[in-house]
Amino acid sequence: MIRLEKINKTYFGAQPLHVLKGIDLEVAEGEMVSIMGASGSGKSTLLNILGILDNYDSGEYYLNGKLVKNLSENEAADMRNRTIGFIFQSFNLIPFKTAMENVALPLYYQNVGRKKRNELAMEYLERFGLKEWADHYPNELSGGQKQRVSMARALVTQPKVILADEPTGALDSKTSAEVMQILREVNQSGITMIIVTHERGIALRTNKIIHLKDGVIENIEINNPDSIDFDKEIK
Amino acid sequence: MFDFDGIHEIWQTITRNKTRSLLTAFGVFWGIFLLVVLSSTGNGFENGLMQQVEGVTPNTAFFFTGETSEPYKGYQKGRSWSMQLADLEAIKETFPCVKAISPEASVWSSEDKNVIYGSRGGSFSVKGVLPEYNEIEKSKILKGRFINDTDISANRKVCLLGKKVYETMFERGENPLGKMVKINGIYFQVVGVIRSYTDNVNINGSIDESVILPYTTMQQVYALGDKIRFFAIVADDETPITSFEEDLKQLIKQRHDIAPTDEDAINSFNVSEIFKAFKGLFFGIHILIWIVGLGTLMSGIIGVSNIMLVTVKERTREIGVRRAIGAKPKDIIGQVLSESLLLTTLAGLVGLCIGVGIMAIVGMITSNMPSDNMMFQDPNLGFGAAVTATVIVIISGLLAGVLPAWRAIQIKAIDAIREE
Repeated sequence: MIRLEKINKTYFGAQPLHVLKGIDLEVAEGEMVSIMGASGSGKSTLLNILGILDNYDSGEYYLNGKLVKNLSENEAADMRNRTIGFIFQSFNLIPFKTAMENVALPLYYQNVGRKKRNELAMEYLERFGLKEWADHYPNELSGGQKQRVSMARALVTQPKVILADEPTGALDSKTSAEVMQILREVNQSGITMIIVTHERGIALRTNKIIHLKDGVIENIEINNPDSIDFDKEIK
Repeated sequence: MFDFDGIHEIWQTITRNKTRSLLTAFGVFWGIFLLVVLSSTGNGFENGLMQQVEGVTPNTAFFFTGETSEPYKGYQKGRSWSMQLADLEAIKETFPCVKAISPEASVWSSEDKNVIYGSRGGSFSVKGVLPEYNEIEKSKILKGRFINDTDISANRKVCLLGKKVYETMFERGENPLGKMVKINGIYFQVVGVIRSYTDNVNINGSIDESVILPYTTMQQVYALGDKIRFFAIVADDETPITSFEEDLKQLIKQRHDIAPTDEDAINSFNVSEIFKAFKGLFFGIHILIWIVGLGTLMSGIIGVSNIMLVTVKERTREIGVRRAIGAKPKDIIGQVLSESLLLTTLAGLVGLCIGVGIMAIVGMITSNMPSDNMMFQDPNLGFGAAVTATVIVIISGLLAGVLPAWRAIQIKAIDAIREE
């Protein structure tokens, strides 16, 4: 599903910063992978490149079998819209839209009709137990609810890959566990999942933990979440 | 195709911050409102003034004799002279563009009551004219008829009464036609009653307060001889009087042995020049109004642009998220432009409607005022100006959105999701 070959990325500021130094990575379809690393390790940059939000200097990135390189703004937008679902740490819901409108927004950019859009959005909200909250604005929702809305928004376009940037960073541990549980269920429905986190407890719920350090992959840890007693681990 | 979805999306953003949108829109509203009110007021004054001169045909000129200022053909300078009816015939023959020509002579009464009917009487001026005079100083015939050719050729003792003369001399509703009125001691038969179109523009006193006689009768009765010191002409619309005014004067000078270079012997007064001056004045006023109105509008537009820039800055995260979930640059540009367009257009149209509404009320109030002499009449914008204003609002709405839209597409999705 995702294949990175010798990806390099340098930020040219006052002092050139070589953030990614030749990343090789392959994520198969349906895998659930986490990326861990200290701040400055390049994990956010890597996620931006994976999400086609940022470009890279050299190397090759194949997403769903297609080379992602030198895409126009429109191609990139289209690919993001149809292939990738984003989940952010701070949810990034649009404050003046209701939960349902937020979920329906990606479909608006696919020119899906209003009625169809709202139907689909309701379907996904229902799936995450938010049916009664559909007409509420984000500031009327709890953190966990907001993140569930943002997950519904990420999934409504039926993407191939979900990219989650610290999805539990703003949540308490109980809600975090719930969110991770949902993400696992989503993954089990066949969607590839990549989660960036700095919490080991979160990473341990994925099958593969990629440790990033100073712009290179330090090691890849294979993990079996089913063998871990999370109640104990989190406490 | 009417994109309801798009409108809904934009409307939601505008109504999200009602106060700010209202304040922003107010600038545009005020600009258009001011433009409409000023422009309508200008039109009102123009209509009012034009109505004042309605009775006068624009292509009119008056000629009157003076003393010669140069000796010529054995005559001394300082000679007093006059024209004859034959001169007017010659003018009509030489200048076919002259539609109407008439002398005018007035006699004012030195007596207390020079016009008497029965036990009533009043003091009015007496004017002598030719039938064509009615094409020069247009008057409305209320009863009977104007002077006709037979009156002139037969020196008939008939008269027309001005409206106020009739009101003074007769009972209300009394038929004056055929009645004999004594004017300066001589009886004349009343053949008509006329009213001036306007009080402000007239020749030798208001027609309403005059008694009109056939010119030839007047010459005879008042022993004026065949002398004309004043006459007026109207030319057809295609021929401005200025184009032959000088030639006409030369013709008369030639017929009366006056030096061609004599500037004082014959004088003229050209109404079309006055009309031109009025037109020029109003043209200037309209330009001034549009400059002021458009200036105000422009500051409103800049206000919109400014607020939109702030809004875009404030919405960096929202725009970034939209980009991340698949908005293309054209979607973002479209959104910002549409927001600015919708805000400006709505504000502009509201300004247009309120402005037109207020001026309609002002127009109603002024038209109900009991004065005959309104200098302010029918203040309206005119369809053309309304369309122009609307087009300007729409274009400026788009222009106001250009810079903010450009700023908005500079926002990258990563700017939005980057945690502080």
